[in-house]
This record gives sequence, structure tokens and C-alpha cells, in this order.
Amino acid sequence: MGKRFGETWAVRAVSLSIRVGEFYTFLGPSGCGKTTLLRMIAGFAAPDEGSVWLDGEVVNALPPWKRDVGMVFQSYAIWPHMTVFENVAFGLRERRVSRADIERQVGEALRMVNLEGMEGRRPSQLSGGQQQRVALARTLVVQPRVLLLDEPLSNLDARLRAQMRIELLKLQRDLGITTIYVTHDQEEALALSTRIAVMSAGSVIQEGTPREIYEAPRERFVAEFVGASNLLGGAVRQATGDTLTVTTDLGVEVRAARPSAAAPEGGRILLTVRPEAMDLLPPGEPADHRNRLEGRVVASAFQGAAIQYEVEVSETLLRASVTNPKGKRLFQRGDLVAVVFAPEDVGIVPEEPRAESREPSVVRSGQD
Amino acid sequence: MAGLLLLLTLFILYPLLRVLFVAVSDGQGLTLRYLLNFFDRPLFREALVNSLGAGGLAVAFGSLLGVPLAYFSVRYQFRGKLVLQTLGVLPLVIPPFVGAVALQLILGRSGMVNLLLLRWFGTSVPFMEGLTGVILVQTLHYFPFIMLNTAVSLANIDPSLEEMAQNLGSHGWRLFRRVTLPLMLPGYVAGCLLTFIRVIDDLGTPLMLNYTKLLAPQAYLRITTIGIDDVDGYVVCVILVVLSLVSLWAARKYLGLSEYATVQRGTTGAEIGRPIRGMKLAVVLLISAGMLGISLLPHLGILVLSLSRIWSFSLLPTIYTLGNYEEILFRTPHFVKNTLLYALLAAGVDIVLGAIIAWLLLRGRVFGRNLLDAIATMPLAIPGVVLAVGYLRVFHGWDVPGLGGPLTGSWVILVIAYAMRRLPYTVRASYAALQQIHVSLEEAAQNLGANQVRTFWKVTFPLMVGGLVAGGLISFMTSAVELSSTIMLVPRIEMGPIAYGIYVYMQSAVGRGPGAALGVVAILLVGLCTYLTNRIFAGRSGSAFRV
Ligand SMILES: Nc1ncnc2c1ncn2[C@@H]1O[C@H](COP(=O)(O)OP(=O)(O)O)[C@@H](O)[C@H]1O
Ligand SMILES: [Mg+2]
Repeated sequence: MGKRFGETWAVRAVSLSIRVGEFYTFLGPSGCGKTTLLRMIAGFAAPDEGSVWLDGEVVNALPPWKRDVGMVFQSYAIWPHMTVFENVAFGLRERRVSRADIERQVGEALRMVNLEGMEGRRPSQLSGGQQQRVALARTLVVQPRVLLLDEPLSNLDARLRAQMRIELLKLQRDLGITTIYVTHDQEEALALSTRIAVMSAGSVIQEGTPREIYEAPRERFVAEFVGASNLLGGAVRQATGDTLTVTTDLGVEVRAARPSAAAPEGGRILLTVRPEAMDLLPPGEPADHRNRLEGRVVASAFQGAAIQYEVEVSETLLRASVTNPKGKRLFQRGDLVAVVFAPEDVGIVPEEPRAESREPSVVRSGQD
Repeated sequence: MAGLLLLLTLFILYPLLRVLFVAVSDGQGLTLRYLLNFFDRPLFREALVNSLGAGGLAVAFGSLLGVPLAYFSVRYQFRGKLVLQTLGVLPLVIPPFVGAVALQLILGRSGMVNLLLLRWFGTSVPFMEGLTGVILVQTLHYFPFIMLNTAVSLANIDPSLEEMAQNLGSHGWRLFRRVTLPLMLPGYVAGCLLTFIRVIDDLGTPLMLNYTKLLAPQAYLRITTIGIDDVDGYVVCVILVVLSLVSLWAARKYLGLSEYATVQRGTTGAEIGRPIRGMKLAVVLLISAGMLGISLLPHLGILVLSLSRIWSFSLLPTIYTLGNYEEILFRTPHFVKNTLLYALLAAGVDIVLGAIIAWLLLRGRVFGRNLLDAIATMPLAIPGVVLAVGYLRVFHGWDVPGLGGPLTGSWVILVIAYAMRRLPYTVRASYAALQQIHVSLEEAAQNLGANQVRTFWKVTFPLMVGGLVAGGLISFMTSAVELSSTIMLVPRIEMGPIAYGIYVYMQSAVGRGPGAALGVVAILLVGLCTYLTNRIFAGRSGSAFRV
């Protein structure tokens, strides 16, 4: 699908297939086209190219009210002139459900989101988290074919967010409803999804399970956006069996234990290393078989579960996150250290974006 | 603070209480006799019913015009939308009593339309006779209040609220009835009540059309023909005030209850205004053009009349001339000069008082804030006739030292009346402006070493100045065309402003031309101020006329 506003494409050449019962997430920075994509699925925006298929049927011509695709808006869109009950009952009334059934189903829906007893409240008397639950109940009660959630947790405070995340997960797995979720928060995406599409500038950069996305980013953007990897440029010196030896721009050799088709000897690549895959040792200590880079601590921040370090290695800053720090030595600014990491923790991405994600494969323009 | 309260009490509360007192006392003590008598008099009963009916019908017809136009201008995207929004405000630019004269020429017994009807069908329609004419003029004048307030309410509805309903299966008329309508109701109701209050209060239109069986003209006639001591005049005034106060109170109560329309605005990619084409566009354009065409008839009529020497019993004037403008600019220039002087002074007073009152209400921690707020809002509900009667009653006997006579013998009384009647506008404009200046902006300045006075001049005042000027402009232009209290308070004809001049000229056939020329000047003045106000409010069309 593609959608353009004026001259700029908000979504371009996106082609996805989402299975029944999946929890599928669009993950990407603000403005990358996630909401636009969602609105095309719900029927609020007409795609400039491509089609939406639902249960094997093209629904492009169906108006929003006939799609049976439930959407929860980022702003919740709770109607302020109706009580909680009236809000949740709205869709049922549109479907001409009998009065008794409405009572029962609304009650069930509110129980499901832990809001029993709130039927008579006005939206202005609800907290953000409660509004969120009303919005969810209102959509779920009509049992739509697909549930669309647009950054549902972004307006909540951190504690509530963590709690709602778990509840959402349980709810979706219990109901088995096909869900498309939009977020810019990688943790949410990783925790909730069965599959993730990482988006940038209107295109899907990589699609895969949370583990694939996190552990094997195939693009520089994914490596940086999900998990904030350290990136080291270099040239492949030797590719033998399952080990790749790379001469980095820091002048040090680094071994990577993951073969990659896109890494011929002599070719330039980018190495990716997660901060939490890195450990810090005093300069003299042996690093066994691990890679080892010597540097100087620039900043250190104790965060409880981890210590964040910034280490300068030949004028390049590396971020290391030493987890479970209890009992470990705390390095100070200025200390000389060795940054060590295992070859298994080194990933490889091309230096330039891959051709297919830069150039959309399907481009039809001129149609309006 | 005390001085301010004293000032407002003297010029707003006290005159009002005096009017009330006269109506409920009979020389010995308090009595409800006169008030109750009111309902025994067929004429008064009829006037009451007529006033309520005129208000109700003007609201009903105004809704028919205003609501569709509001909906088109907010919800659809089409060429000419800007024209619609701009022209929609123009009816407010013409003072209603001027519009009455113009409509007489077009729709009156021997007006253009009826002449045509007579020629073609041998019959005529009494558009402008009696109450019908009054309601017609007032509908055409006041419907923009309904349109603008409805449009604002509509535009403030978070699009996702409607999309959510669509997402759950709602569309078309059901969507409108269940979601859109309830959400736009606050603005609509506000516009209706504002219209209602103004219609009941309007003295000029019925006088121009020679129809007196309404409350405002009854009060006026009692006092001016029978005399300042006629109790019945005061009784009618009390009834007028009660009607207005109840309407204002209802408006406030309702708006206070339902301030939800602007509670939340999500960030969705919804496009503002649906593009329309084909048949739908044609229908929208046709309806808009038709409605605007009708509502702009008065402007056209008054312009043609001002350029004509003879225009009677003919479709269009038989002789054109610029003599009318010569008359009002060179032979009787005092009408225009007086207007500028009085309205400017009143606006100046309002700006200063408005800024101080707004500051006291928001930042002051003084005793009596609620009282101050109440008194400063009250003029919205005091009909001009009533205030004028109160002034005549209170200030008639007092000789003011510097003036060499009572206040009521000097033009100063007009300035005071204007300033008091329009004070709520500047109070509200400054209040809104000041409200948007977060206290932390002032505290930041004080934290950096500026004292209170410097903080006010360096931070608060520059940020408020837009609101102040806008409020002042509204005060200026509405004062410039005020007739209800002017007509009673003008001490001598050469002290009268434009509105009074128009009224006087229109009494004679030969005066209609110059009267119309004065009307054109009034339209230009108000139009210019409206334009400037909207510029200050950054193009939010019609901001000057919202509740
Ligand atoms: N109605 C619109 N008109 C013009 N541009 C829009 C509109 N809606 C979205 N956009 C643009 O499309 C791009 C994608 O927006 P959006 O889908 O809302 O991003 P996201 O939800 O990922 O933050 C942005 O650059 C945004 O400015
Ligand atoms: Mg978004």
C-alpha cells in the first residue's frame, strides 16, 4: 500500500500479510507512517496505491462503518457527553442488539477490563488509565474481526504503562483476537508481539519475530532503533567457516561468529554490538576468547539493574551496559578499561541500506 | 479595588436598583402591586408575548440559516469557503435599525420586490408589516451569532470522536445525532441565547418599523411620552431585565455544565474538512449563495439609498447623487465627529477598566472578587433602555460641579453609558489574554530581578496587548452603533452620534438619503473594526462575536 499527502509519501510500498490470531506490531519513530497505515486499514484514509484484504476480500471500497475493524485511538476518543455505559454500549446499539443483551455484554466487557461498577461515571471523572480501559472495552465488546491499537499506552505514566502492557498481553492471548499494534517503544513491541514490522520513513525496513528483530537486525536502522546497538565500521579480512574476522576502523580486529552472505572478503560492513553484550574489565585482565577493545571511561551512571558506561576507544564512543552489577567493580570517569564481548554477540549489517528498502519495489504513481 | 467597586456600583448596579425600587414602591412602602398589574394589562401582556415570540422565532429562523452554513464552512472543503466565512459575518456589520430601513426599500409595501410582485402577479406580500418585519430584520442581523458559535463548537470537536463512532458502525444521520450534535450543542445554545437576549433588548428596529407592541419600545414610549415618573415604564424595564438575566444565567449554567467540547484533541491524521465535488458541491454552493444573498440585501439597499435623491414607488432610484454624503460630511459633520469621540473615549475607559478588572480577577488575592465579576458581567443582561432609564432617574437631579449642570445634560453621560454597556467585552478579552499568560512567565521575570511593576510592563502587558486592543475594538464598534440607550440619553440633537442621526433623519422622507449615507459610514466603521479584530485574533473569523 501507499499513501501520500501532497507530494510526500507517508506510507510507501508496504506489503504485509498478517495472520489470524497474531499480535502484529508496527514499530518505528514518530512520523514514520504507522498511524497512516493503521487508518488505511480501518478505512479512514484511502490508499493512493494498493489494497487492504480482509479474510480474502478487498475492502478498499468499504466505508469505515462497514469494515468491522475495531480501532482504539491514541487519544482514546471517549465521548464526553456519554457515561461509561453509554460509551461501551454504542457499538452494540449500532448493531441493534437487544436491550437485555447490551446490559449483559457491557457488564462483561467492563469486567474484562476491571471497570465493573463504573457504568454511571462520566469520562471527565476517569483517570487516564481508566479512559484507556473504557476505550478498549468499547471496541472489544463488538468483537471486531481485527483490533487496531494506536500507541495505546503512550499517554500513561511509566508504572501504569508496565501494568497495562501485561494486562493487554493476557487479554489478547485469552481472546485470541487478531491485533495490530502501533508503537514507537521497542520494549513494548518486543514484549507483546508475535511479529514486528520495523518502519522508517513510510517503509517497512525489517519484519520478523521479536527475537529475530532484536538479535539479528538486518539493517543499520533496525540495529540502532531497536536496542541502540554500537556500530563499528570495518572491512572483512577473512571469512572462514562460521567466523568472520573484520579489521575495524578503530584499527583493532574483531571476530564475529555469524556467517553472512553479504560479507565477501575485502568488502566493507558494519558490526553491531548490543551495550548489554559488553563487559568491562580492568586493562590487564585476560579476556579469554572474547573480543577486546582498550579505552577510557568517559561517563558512568549507576542505574540499579545495570551500570551504563560510555567508553572512548580511539575517539569512538561505545556504550556498554553492565548488567547485574552487584559485587562488580565500579569504574570511574578516566579509568583505563578493556571492553570485551563474545564473537557470538557481534552482528553484521550492510554499511548502506539494502536496495529493496531504499527503492520501493512497486511504484505506481499518477493515480489519484 | 474599593474605588473600582464604587465606580461600577454607581454606574451599573445603583441605577438598576433604582429602576427596580421605583417599580416596587408606592410612596409608603414596598409593594408588588405594579408588577402584578403588568399582567393585567392586555397591551403589556401582548408586548411580553410578542417579545418572547420575536426572540424565539429569530432564534428558530436564525438556526435554519446559521447551522447549515456553519456545518458547510467547517466540515466541507471547497473553493469559495473563505468567501462564505467572510461574508457570513457581514450581517453583524450593519446596525439592525439601519438594516430595517434598507429592507423596507426592498421588501416593504412599496419596495422593490412587492412592486415586481404587483406588476407580475397583481398581489403583494407584507414581509415588513408589524412583527413579521421586526423578526425578519432581526433574524437576518443576528443569525451570524448562531453560525459563528456553532462553527467554533464544530471545529473544536476532536475528529477521532466521530471516527470512533464510524469505526463502531455509525454513519450519516445517526452519527450526527448521536455524536456530532451533542458535541456541538454548547456553541449552538450559546449563540441562540445571545441572539435571544439581543432581540429582546433591541429598541431601534421596532421603532424604525413603527411597531411598538414589544417590551423595549413600550418602556421607551412610557418614559418619553408619559414622563420619567411613570411607574409602568419601570415595571416594563424590570420585566426586560429579568428576561435577560434568566437567559444569561441559563447560558452560563449550560456552558459551565458542558465545557467538554474542547476537553481533548487527539493527534490523528484526520483531514480537516471533507473535499466535496459534483452534485453535493453544487447544492452546498447554491444554498450558501442563496442564504448569503438574502442576508446581504440590507447592505445593498442602504448603499443604493445613500446614493439616491429620489427613490419611492420605483424599483430603483430615479435620480442618483452624492449630495447625501455632502450633507452628512459638511453640513452635519457633528454626527460622525461625536461618534468617533464618544466611542473612542468609551473604548479607552473599557480598556483600562477591563485590564484592571481582569488582573484583579485572575491575579489579585483581594476580597470581593466574585462581586466584581458579577457586576462587570451584568451589563450583558441589562437592556440599553433600562440602563438609560436608570441614568435619567439617578443623575437627573444632581448638578455635577465641572459640567455646570446635571450629568444627563452633557454628552459625558453617553460615554459613560457606552463604556459600562461594553465593559464585559474588554473584561473578557483581557481575561482570556491574561489567562494564557502562565504565572510562571511572570515569576521567571521576578526571579531574574524584575519588580512587580517592571514585570507587568515588560512581560504581562506586551503579552496582553493583543487581547486588550481586540476588546477595545469590539467596544468601539458596538458603541458606535448603539441606539437603545442613546435615543433616550442624547441631551440635544447636535450632541447625537451617528445612530441618533440616522434615527432623526429617517423620520422624514427627505432625510432618508442622508440617513442612509450615515448608515454606510456606520457599516464602514464596524466593518473596519471587525476586520482588524479578526486580524488580531489571527484570522479566526468572527472571533469578535462569540460568547
Ligand atoms: N492529514 C495529513 N496531512 C498531511 N500530512 C500528514 C497527514 N497525516 C499524516 N501526515 C504526515 O504523514 C507522515 C506520517 O504520519 P503518521 O502516520 O501520523 O506517523 P506516526 O503515526 O508514525 O507518528 C508524517 O510526516 C505526517 O506529518
Ligand atoms: Mg501516530
